[in-house]
Amino acid sequence: MPATTVTARADRGDSSPVRPAGGVPAKGRRRSGPLARIPVPLWLLLPAALVLIPLFGYPLYQLGLLSVLKFGQPQASGGVPTEFVGLSNYTDVLGDSQFWSVLGQTLAFAAFCVVATLVVGAVCAVLLTRVGKWPRLLLMFGALGAWAAPAMTGSTVWMFLLDTNSGLVNEILGTQGHNWMYDKWSAFAMVAVVVVWHSFPFVMITLYAGIQAIPDSVLEAARLDGAGTATIFRKVMLPMLRPLLVIVVIQSIIWDFKVFTQIYVMTGGGGIAGQNLVLNVYAYQKAFVAENYSLGAAIGVLMTLILLAVTAVYIRSLRRSGEEL
Amino acid sequence: MKRDNRVLRQGANVTAIVLALLTVFPLYWMVLSALKPKGEITAAHPRPWTFAPTLENFRNALGVSGFGRYFLNSLLVAGVVVVVSAAIAFLAAVALSRFRFRFRTTILIMFLVAQMVPVEALTIPLFFLVRDIGTVAPGFGLSSLGALMLVNLAFSLPFAVWMLRGFVAAVPESLEEAARIDGASRFTILWRILFPLVAPGLAATSVFSFITAWNDFVFAKTLILDTDHQTLPAALMVFFKPDENDWGGIMAASTLMTVPVLIFFVLVQRHMVSGLGGAVKD
Repeated sequence: MPATTVTARADRGDSSPVRPAGGVPAKGRRRSGPLARIPVPLWLLLPAALVLIPLFGYPLYQLGLLSVLKFGQPQASGGVPTEFVGLSNYTDVLGDSQFWSVLGQTLAFAAFCVVATLVVGAVCAVLLTRVGKWPRLLLMFGALGAWAAPAMTGSTVWMFLLDTNSGLVNEILGTQGHNWMYDKWSAFAMVAVVVVWHSFPFVMITLYAGIQAIPDSVLEAARLDGAGTATIFRKVMLPMLRPLLVIVVIQSIIWDFKVFTQIYVMTGGGGIAGQNLVLNVYAYQKAFVAENYSLGAAIGVLMTLILLAVTAVYIRSLRRSGEEL
Repeated sequence: MKRDNRVLRQGANVTAIVLALLTVFPLYWMVLSALKPKGEITAAHPRPWTFAPTLENFRNALGVSGFGRYFLNSLLVAGVVVVVSAAIAFLAAVALSRFRFRFRTTILIMFLVAQMVPVEALTIPLFFLVRDIGTVAPGFGLSSLGALMLVNLAFSLPFAVWMLRGFVAAVPESLEEAARIDGASRFTILWRILFPLVAPGLAATSVFSFITAWNDFVFAKTLILDTDHQTLPAALMVFFKPDENDWGGIMAASTLMTVPVLIFFVLVQRHMVSGLGGAVKD
């Protein structure tokens, strides 16, 4: 559906010039820049639209289409004609108790990862502003390394560290032969460690850059007015960091809800008897292992809707508190 | 008061160093294991050092036929995606943060929604789409690097625009105002004023585009059917065996795959952190 809206917007843009900021009742406090005199910001958005409509919007539309068809291996190879089945794929998914348990553990797993990532990232960002040059560079370098490690190599390294027989963790803890991926919750916890290890650097570096960008003069002025460290943090830094905080929270939710590689690689495709499945892996298994593409597509659509709902609630609460998008 | 501060600062320093070591340790272990001779890797008591470093594992990794080729393919795809996505995202971010127009919020939210779509699920429709494109433009059809570039571009753009928007918004509009009063054209303002100021943000954003393209496994696996045009992640899969993992080989291959990203990060890191702060301060 995003694609259609983009198209609608493009059609409109051609005929009627978009009003510059001055003409629209100003929603924010921001004044219109001189660039606002360019009548149509359309040409700025055009290249993005040219890439996204055919390569993102169209496949998305087809995903939606697939989810209301009966489309398995026979249809994919062209032997059997596709058949419109309405919402029966969705009722199949929603009627499956496994879906609900997978949904539950996906939400719990994602929530845990989001909170842990944000806490670790924010603490490290503040820490970075308080330490000397060398500790700062060291932590920055370590975080960049964790961030840079591709999801797959990161997962394999941790698997090796946690390996039952030759893993270093068991060696240090003296628990040789312990399989960390056997128990459901232990496996989830280990994957969560890897996810947080991979994603806290983004939070840390974004927030640190944000803190650095706060002009010294502002902090100085607050200090001269007699504000203590806590007050400055709460009343000056936090509001200024707000836009960045919004970004890191939303991104963390999106990424952690869609974790795929770490789960897939570390638990071998969803754990023993699927105990560590999350929705993304579940959809993939349904589509490619069970070769029921339309069922996988339906789960994909449901996932997008769930993520949409979660983010909508978050954005709404932001707007209610007067934040502008 | 002074002494308290010093104690606090020392405590912070120590905490930072410990956190840094913990964070970097898995990577150290990866490189170390890649350098260890075969016998040491599966030894009963793994040690955090080795006295007999060997390049054997790397030789094995590079010995996998065409590994160099996969490497270059990956670099090429990631490079093109980074440059094109930065250019397109910059323009779109300016439109979305410097203008108020109808559907602005709608478009913004669409860029956000686009990120919520599980990419793995889109592989099936994309396969058929790319196959059809190939009949018209073989350079972008199945088994072409062009197809990988296009697809990765499409999937890195929404986030790039979304993130860059914040960086553009952080540049004070007074600068553009001043340039306009001095008679600068729109293009000049965009290219000579805004672009350099947003460059740190672009650098930060390009990291994500690079990672998207570099790490992509699902698309490469689905859209590339011949071995000549395969990329690195797929080549790495050679080392994963269901019964007996060759940890040395996996660690060596993982190291080779991590190093370019690390280099990219280190090059860009300075812009990511200090550039923003320096440029925006009044």
